[in-house]
Amino acid sequence: MRGLSAFRKKPARRGVHSAVATFLLAIPPSVRTLAPMNRLRHCALAAFLFGCCAVIGAEPARLPADQLAKAIRSDAISIPTPGELFAALEKPGKPNWIGQYRGPIPTTYRNRAQIALNLGGLIADGFIAVEAQDSQQVKNIGTDIIKLAKALGVSENVLSRGNSINEFAEGSEWDALQEELEATQNEVKSSMQSHRDQDLIILVSVGGWIRGTQVVSAAVMQNYDERSAKVLRQPALVNFIHAKLNDISSDLHDEPLVKEVSDQLGGIEKLVAFPPGKAPTAEDVKKVNEAVGKIMDQIQKKEAK
Amino acid sequence: MKMSVFTLSMLTAAALSLVPARAAESDQEVDARKGALDLAGAFSNDGFKMRDGHWSGSIKPKDHALVAVNLYAGNQYWFSVGATEPAKKIAVNVYDENGKQVVTESYSSGDKAAAGFSPTSSGQYYVWVGLMEGGESSVCLVYSYK
Repeated sequence: MRGLSAFRKKPARRGVHSAVATFLLAIPPSVRTLAPMNRLRHCALAAFLFGCCAVIGAEPARLPADQLAKAIRSDAISIPTPGELFAALEKPGKPNWIGQYRGPIPTTYRNRAQIALNLGGLIADGFIAVEAQDSQQVKNIGTDIIKLAKALGVSENVLSRGNSINEFAEGSEWDALQEELEATQNEVKSSMQSHRDQDLIILVSVGGWIRGTQVVSAAVMQNYDERSAKVLRQPALVNFIHAKLNDISSDLHDEPLVKEVSDQLGGIEKLVAFPPGKAPTAEDVKKVNEAVGKIMDQIQKKEAK
Repeated sequence: MKMSVFTLSMLTAAALSLVPARAAESDQEVDARKGALDLAGAFSNDGFKMRDGHWSGSIKPKDHALVAVNLYAGNQYWFSVGATEPAKKIAVNVYDENGKQVVTESYSSGDKAAAGFSPTSSGQYYVWVGLMEGGESSVCLVYSYK
C-alpha cells in the first residue's frame, strides 16, 4: 500500500487480551473440579489478568459482539460519501460515467422531506459529473443543489458554495470539486442542525446513498465485473440508515414518501447482504438496481404522494 | 510538503470550525482535530482524499473509543487520529465486522497515530482508538481514501 513512505512501518501487534484468552483456554478442564477455595483463587487470577488488560489498555485481537454493538455510529463518519463508492467502482476500469446521467429533476418541490432526499441525490449526481470530468454538468447540478438548498432555508454559507463549485468547475479542479461537494453536503447538514431540522439530515444521506447505489448497480450491470460488484455489499450501512429513519419524528416518518422509502430499505438491506468476500452475481446486481430504482422514481416524482 | 491551496483552506476552515454546529467544539477538540487533519494531510500527497466528516470525543487513560465505518473493497484507507495534552501515546487499530483485528500499516508518534489498509470485502469495520499513555484527552478521528 502506498502512502507509507513518510512513516516507519510496524506490524500489527497481538493483543494482550488474546494472550489472556489463550492462557485461560489453556487451563485444564480439571480446574472445574477444583475445591471451592482453589476455584476462587483461579477466578481471582482470571479477574486479575483481565484487570491488567484494562489497566494496560492494550488493543485486543478480537472484539466481543456486545462491544461492536455499542460502537459509535454517526452520520458524519459512518456513512460513506458517493465519492468513496465511485472511487471503489472505477478501480477495475473506468465506467461510462456520462452514461449514468439522468435528466434534470424538478427543483420546485414543496415537501421538505422530498427536497432533502433529492438534495442528497443531486449531490451524488455532482460526484458523477466530477468523475466524468464534465464542467458544464457540474455547474448545472451545482445550480440545482443551491435551488433546493434555498428552498430549505439553509444558511448563506451553503449558498456561497455554489460560487465555489462554479469556479472549480471552470478551472477543471476535479479533486477540489469532490471536496467542495462533500463540504456542501456537510454545510447543508450543519445548517439543518442549527435550524432544528435534524430529522432532515438523514434524508440527505439516504438520498445520496440511493442515487449512488442506483448508479453503481447500473454501471456494474452494463459491464459486469466481480471486483466492481463487491462494492454493493453494505448491509450494516443500510441497517444504520434504516434505523436512523425509524428514529425521526413520527410526523415526518408518517409522511407517505418517507414511509415508502423506509419500508423499501428493509428489503434492500437483505438484497445487499452478500456473504463477506463473495461477489454478487449479475442477477443479484439487477435486483438491487431495480429496488433502488423504484425508490428513486418515487423520490424524484414531481408531486410525491 | 506539497498540498493544494484548496486543501489547506479546507484544513484551516475545518480547524477553525466556522459553521454553527461546530462552534460548540471546545478548544481542545479543535486542537485534536487540527492534529488529525495535519496527519491526514500527509496522505493527500499520495492521492488520498480526505473525508470532511470526523469523530471527536474524550478518552480516559487506558480507555478507548470504537467507531463504526463502512468501507468499500478496492479502496485504500488511512485512519488518522490526533489528541491533545496530556495524551502521551495513542494507538489506532481496525477490526472487521466480526470483531477480528485487521492487519494494518501503522504510524504512531506520541499524540498522533494512523492505521491504513485495503479491505478485500466491502462492509462495516471498526476503528479502535486507545489512549495508551497520558491523562484524559480530547481526540479526533478522520479518514482518507483513494
